[in-house]
Amino acid sequence: MMDTKTNIPNNTEMTPVISLKGVSKWYGDFQALSNIDLEIKLKEKIVICGPSGSGKSTLIRCLNRLEAHQEGTIHVSGIELHERMKDIDVVRQDIGMVFQSFNLFPHLTVLENCMAGPNWVRGVDKSKAKERAIAMLEQVKIPEQADKYPEQLSGGQQQRVAIARSLCMQPKVMLFDEPTSALDPEMVAEVLDTMIELAKSGMTMICVTHEMGFARQVADRIVFMADGEIVEQNSPEEFFNNPQHERTKVFLDQILK
Amino acid sequence: MFVDTVIEDKALHKPAFLIGLSLTVLAIFFALNFTNSLFGEFLRPVIGDPTESGFFGRFAVSLVLTIIFVLNLFAISFFKLKVQVAIVWLELFLLFLAFAYSFDLKMSFIQSRIPLMITRGLFTTIYISAISIVLATVIAIIGAIAKLSNNGFAYAISSFYTSLFRGLPLLLQLFLIYKGLPQLGFMVDAVPAAITALSLCYGAYMTEIFRAGIQSIPRGQWEASRALGFKFNLILRKIILPQAVPIIIPPTGNQFIAMLKDSSLASVLGVWELMYLARTLGQRDFRHMEMLLTAAMIYWALTIVLEVIQARIEEKYKQKS
Repeated sequence: MMDTKTNIPNNTEMTPVISLKGVSKWYGDFQALSNIDLEIKLKEKIVICGPSGSGKSTLIRCLNRLEAHQEGTIHVSGIELHERMKDIDVVRQDIGMVFQSFNLFPHLTVLENCMAGPNWVRGVDKSKAKERAIAMLEQVKIPEQADKYPEQLSGGQQQRVAIARSLCMQPKVMLFDEPTSALDPEMVAEVLDTMIELAKSGMTMICVTHEMGFARQVADRIVFMADGEIVEQNSPEEFFNNPQHERTKVFLDQILK
Repeated sequence: MFVDTVIEDKALHKPAFLIGLSLTVLAIFFALNFTNSLFGEFLRPVIGDPTESGFFGRFAVSLVLTIIFVLNLFAISFFKLKVQVAIVWLELFLLFLAFAYSFDLKMSFIQSRIPLMITRGLFTTIYISAISIVLATVIAIIGAIAKLSNNGFAYAISSFYTSLFRGLPLLLQLFLIYKGLPQLGFMVDAVPAAITALSLCYGAYMTEIFRAGIQSIPRGQWEASRALGFKFNLILRKIILPQAVPIIIPPTGNQFIAMLKDSSLASVLGVWELMYLARTLGQRDFRHMEMLLTAAMIYWALTIVLEVIQARIEEKYKQKS
């Protein structure tokens, strides 16, 4: 894409961009993930859902190794994530992540937040980084806020800036960890709209979310987790209309009430 | 601080409080007995010779003082907050001057010695403090990062350092460095010894301040930076430290002020700084209080300068965010 070197080799539609085999993780005695197998292809949109404490966030945080898994293997574009790897930063630069609590840098303006990544670690010069930051802010529809500080923005605006900040790195994959859970209800839509547009542009997306409308509209596949396991995964159509497992039915009953 | 939006009646405007306050103050003044002071002298027309006035004189003096004191408070209570603060400051300062005046100071003596106190004493004090402040800050940054690192050696060395230098009295450190190093073959002059001791001691305190400041930055800032592929040094320099600085400034300002005054300990090594001159200049003529009070005022003025600088910096960071 454009002017930067990309670190992850381009995948064909066939090979998975992310693949997990037998991944398990423990916090002390508590098993947070057990024996997860999952493959995600390029341009695929995955929604991970499930009751709280089911391991969804842990799973998505393992994909850029903000959390370490203890068993099994995780490959991102053929590069295995493990504790002795030297170039985790190189992999992370290609995986964007959006957090529940935004995590914008409060001492930097919106524009500086977006320029930081490309300018500091991708080696893009300032004027180019600024150009790209403005373009991404336009994409999330808040270019007019560029010179403000994060705390001057609403929650929804902050989260859109966070998305723009990730996009400025021109990632191959975007991870969303409950991006709308900390928002006031009237701001959820603006963030979801941004994510829907991103999905339309062909981005590979993995979203942990409770927004079932979004899942139905955007997801190629819905992964349902409970107690650290993947209980079932299916197309939205099948998942909502024809859930296979008892746990899925209970969950859907509660969330769609 | 958080100020509630509900206004309570002023305590000073409640009769019960006023009476209670008056009785308490009266009891205190009576116990302290100001009969033989200036106040007794003022009341001579009423009570006669203060030393002979006995119980009646003591009570009369206390009563007059109490009335002045309580009326003063009552009057001040009607002003706005800022005016109140200014009046109380002024009154306390006048009391302090009265305290100083009561020593029967010889101003000409002060005037003749003050040039030396400033050119030599004040200069040396500032010189020692300024260098120590810079060195202590550098030590604190390195110490804090070492203390937070996963490197066993770095953590061990930095935690040993903070434990040792926070654990020993500064005066003892001063002697250990000044008397100890020459025995190992390193000759140190008094001024470098004082600077070394101050830097190491305050570096240890400030290491803890800096560490706490860095740790107070939410974990999410590290995670977001890591997720963007930033390396440790970059995160610390560009994301964490800029956010930690406003948190670190108030306690660090405190340390600077404390250090400025602790530089007076260098006087025990014979360094000609403010405290040393204050002790020695008045000795020959038995004019101790003149010199000690002069030094006191200079130290106070210096710390006020530091306080103002600290307030300015805090204000600057407040505007930025």
